[in-house]
Amino acid sequence: MNHSLEVKNLHVSIDGQAILKGFNLTVPKGEVHALMGPNGTGKSTLAKVMAGHEDYTVESGEVLLDGVNILGQEPDEISHAGLFLAFQYPMEIPGVSIANFIRAAKQARLPEGEEINAIEYYKDLYAKMDALKMDRKFTARSLNEGFSGGEKKRCEILQMAMLDPKYCVMDETDSGLDIDALRIVSEGVNHMRSEDRAFLVITHYQRLLDYIVPDVVHVMFDGRIVHSGDKELAKELEIKGYDWVKEAFATASA
Amino acid sequence: MNTTLETPTNTLSAKEPSWLAERRTAGLDQFKKLAMPTARAEEWRFASVGKLSIDNFNPVAAPSSATLDALTERSNLVSDRAGLMVYVDDAPANFECIGPELAKQGVIYLPISEAVEQHPELMEKYFLQESTELGSQKFFGLHAATVKAGAVLYVPKGVEIEKPFVNYYWTSGSRAAVFPHTLIIAEDNSKASVVDIFFSETEENEALNISVSNIHAGANAHVFRKVVQDWNEKTVSFQLDTTVADRDAQVKNVAVNIGAERARFENQTRIEGAGADVKMYSLTVAEGTQEFDQRTFQTHNAPNAVSDLLYKNALLDNSRTIFSGLIKVAEGSQQTDAYQTNRNLLLDPSADANALPGLEILANDVRCSHGATTGNVDKEELFYMMQRGIPQRVAMQLMVFGFFEEVIEKIDSEELVENLRQLIHQKFSGKIS
Repeated sequence: MNHSLEVKNLHVSIDGQAILKGFNLTVPKGEVHALMGPNGTGKSTLAKVMAGHEDYTVESGEVLLDGVNILGQEPDEISHAGLFLAFQYPMEIPGVSIANFIRAAKQARLPEGEEINAIEYYKDLYAKMDALKMDRKFTARSLNEGFSGGEKKRCEILQMAMLDPKYCVMDETDSGLDIDALRIVSEGVNHMRSEDRAFLVITHYQRLLDYIVPDVVHVMFDGRIVHSGDKELAKELEIKGYDWVKEAFATASA
Repeated sequence: MNTTLETPTNTLSAKEPSWLAERRTAGLDQFKKLAMPTARAEEWRFASVGKLSIDNFNPVAAPSSATLDALTERSNLVSDRAGLMVYVDDAPANFECIGPELAKQGVIYLPISEAVEQHPELMEKYFLQESTELGSQKFFGLHAATVKAGAVLYVPKGVEIEKPFVNYYWTSGSRAAVFPHTLIIAEDNSKASVVDIFFSETEENEALNISVSNIHAGANAHVFRKVVQDWNEKTVSFQLDTTVADRDAQVKNVAVNIGAERARFENQTRIEGAGADVKMYSLTVAEGTQEFDQRTFQTHNAPNAVSDLLYKNALLDNSRTIFSGLIKVAEGSQQTDAYQTNRNLLLDPSADANALPGLEILANDVRCSHGATTGNVDKEELFYMMQRGIPQRVAMQLMVFGFFEEVIEKIDSEELVENLRQLIHQKFSGKIS
């Protein structure tokens, strides 16, 4: 069996406009890959397409989890297959508490007729909240409603930790975070790094990668990866800026 | 119109006092004089009045004692209570009276018939004195002429009662017409809580309900009324409710509406004392071809008072809701805070929500807002939830319940809240896919 997240020659459009233009990527379990690139280059589209968002049209290509194509599956099926997407802008769901939300997500993973063990569940939930320095009172609050940017992102990491996915895609998790929140969120992610899990960290800024140190850095431009390297590449990008990417690869992709 | 409804044979008792006989006669005259509503009338705009037939419903004989016992057994939404009354087709089925402590303090909790006999002055002052002005005057007239079932709660000055009084109004017989009445009089500085529950024995027994409830909240009185309407879908229902709030009174109304084929709500709040604070929350779940027609009127006749109305409706299938609300701030009622919000969640494209919010302000220093929103389930919220592995059906249920929670959480009894969630859950199971 192939233990990786694999994107093969993915072409995606929305309203007739091509966004991903032959995107290829392989993230093996045990590794953290960063995907960087200028705004509007297709990073968030990639994340949403992998998660099964219905607004996008897949023209061709595959997204394989452990060798199985997930494109065309419903978002909940993709989630069950092991892919977790930490949202750039987590939705606010009025009237649905964090505890009930995560519980419903855990319950959905159990076989028909089996009930979640509430005591174990809360024990686990509280332990993970403590680790993320989240007030336990948050469990009763409506999901993300009125949360600060940092609280929302912590809540995303909490969900990720609770659902124990094999493949974590993190879309601009650093956006809107101050340095303290960034540290806490990164600790949460680093704690989850393991041989059985792969991370794709999408970010615009190098800053996050000081805390979540990647094995591989990819540079995305105009719908595909144009350059890959080790963690030093992120630093190089930080110095040279994205204009360098545009200049270096605009001609290549034209 | 059948003859039975036109001849009020159901007098409360042989000893019915003259003032009550007069009110009954006046009610009957009003019922006869006024025409059935037409769609042309502004008060009935958008309502399917053509289908609003009250023909061939009649007051029915008391059900068998087995039925009374069975329904008393099922009257179990609230176990921790100060008193209980159960009526079936307007016949008394069970009465748990107040304990000696409350009786000693002068609290009265009695069936209407007994209250008329034992406390005629009180009843003459308050009973059938507040009528709707929102379109159902004809039906109020019929109620006044016919009413025999219901509960009177009187809380004297300074007496505070934490536990609720629970009134059940069941229908059971074939094409039964019922006229339940809840009268709440909370004197100055008192505190009371009432739960009114409207249920049908089966899914099949057709019924007509014309109920009235009047709240009189004295100075600094605290009144909390919760209403659960879960008639079967063969019931035509009118709930004609009023609240009168005196100085600094705090009144909270929370209604959960699930049942009936056609349900008309007229809810009037009149603020008569400075500093009063009245809240009106309503949650409606409509399915099939149900129609819920809600008319509200908040009147501020005194300054520095608050009235806050939030009506939320979730609509499935081909159901309909109508919300029409009016806020009227009288001249001199300065520093008024009056709010009115109607939110409709459309879960099927064929469902139909209508909203008519309105304001009439004659004072110049007020804060008033009114608004109505109608929308579908948010696709991005659904995607977010499904990304966590929650199936679409469950995600929809969670979102709809989240929509309800804003109203449900206003209810202070955890037991009642849980029971209401169950009732709504039953209605939803298998509905959202």
